[in-house]
Amino acid sequence: MTLALLALAAHYVRAIQYTPVEATQGMAQKIFYVHVPAAWSAFLAYGIVGLCSALFLWLHDRRLDLFAEASAEVGTVLTFIVLTTGPLWGKPIWGTWWQWEVRLTSTLFLFFLFVGYLTLRRSVYDPLERARYSAVVGILGAMLVPFIHLSVWMFRTIHPKPIILKPDGPSLPGSMLSTLLEGFAIFTVLYLGMVMVRYGIGRLQEEKEARHAAAS
Amino acid sequence: MAALVFAALILVIFNFARDPTVLRAQELAPSALWITITFASVTALNRAFAVELDHGALDGLLLAPVGREAIYLGKLLGNLVFVGFVQAITIPLFVLFFNLDLHGALPGILLLAFLATLGFTAVGTVFSALTARVQFNELMLPVLLLPFMVPPLIGAAQVSSKLLAGRPLAESAGWLQILATYDIVFLTLSVLVFPAVLDE
Repeated sequence: MTLALLALAAHYVRAIQYTPVEATQGMAQKIFYVHVPAAWSAFLAYGIVGLCSALFLWLHDRRLDLFAEASAEVGTVLTFIVLTTGPLWGKPIWGTWWQWEVRLTSTLFLFFLFVGYLTLRRSVYDPLERARYSAVVGILGAMLVPFIHLSVWMFRTIHPKPIILKPDGPSLPGSMLSTLLEGFAIFTVLYLGMVMVRYGIGRLQEEKEARHAAAS
Repeated sequence: MAALVFAALILVIFNFARDPTVLRAQELAPSALWITITFASVTALNRAFAVELDHGALDGLLLAPVGREAIYLGKLLGNLVFVGFVQAITIPLFVLFFNLDLHGALPGILLLAFLATLGFTAVGTVFSALTARVQFNELMLPVLLLPFMVPPLIGAAQVSSKLLAGRPLAESAGWLQILATYDIVFLTLSVLVFPAVLDE
């Protein structure tokens, strides 16, 4: 976790100081080194929530439920980062804060799904019931994301096209590409670090509740 | 009954929330129809499991020698009939209020309404079983379910505005495929996960 934070600081320095300034977008383009990796780990976070939820209904291991919860909380923060850095870039470059565009809309709905998931968790008191209910919501939500993506895509799109995963190879200059990939790695480690911390808190809370239950 | 009056009222409000000098009623029609159906369905689904909980009837259902899947499918069918009934009232009112000429678009609209409704009612039935037993349930169901209504809603609104413009249904085959896939995926998943909601 500490390591991830230090690496993140170094990543900022590198992104700002040691990457070329993009010709048409200028300094605004720098936000890309945070925005895109954060979006990646946010979608990873929802994937993990869905996976842990499915495994929970199968194996009934309480730790999977706590892990899904931790992942959802971290994912909420990450989607929030994406949704705030995006408009900051969009205003100078697109001339608008918000566009009903496929990736924006998908991320917004990812945020709504996370919030809905966490709100549900807050309103169920029995831990087992909470785990089952939220697993159901987690699985269905994870399946919803591709559908939202597809249907908004058919609606319309103006977002910059994918630049790394495309048939004729990445179209970024080397130092920009390596900084971006470094960002992916750091945000993944950061995600894992935050989830582990949050998961630890979840375990402690559970122990405390169990002690209370035993005492009363 | 309340859901029906609710749907009619939304349609009326829509008509007055529009500036008639700027926007023709027909231009707003697809949005008005689908927003009305969305909210009326959420209202209907919100009460779907209330009856079972009020008198402990759910425990009786669980004791019955049938699978949880059968209970789910039964509830789904009930909800579909109910939501379908709301639509059967909403669509004629909508034609009347918005002064529409359907010129043969009706079969397409009905098919569309069915495809769009099936998917979100499948998910909505699972969620209403779940939210009926949590706090603040009136608010919980819309918060969970509305994101799931987005893909069917986009598809339905897009296709129906084409149909109302007199275009053939075949032009929207892509959307119909997406709606059908959505229905199959979420119906299957819902049948699979529903038992987890009822387990005691």
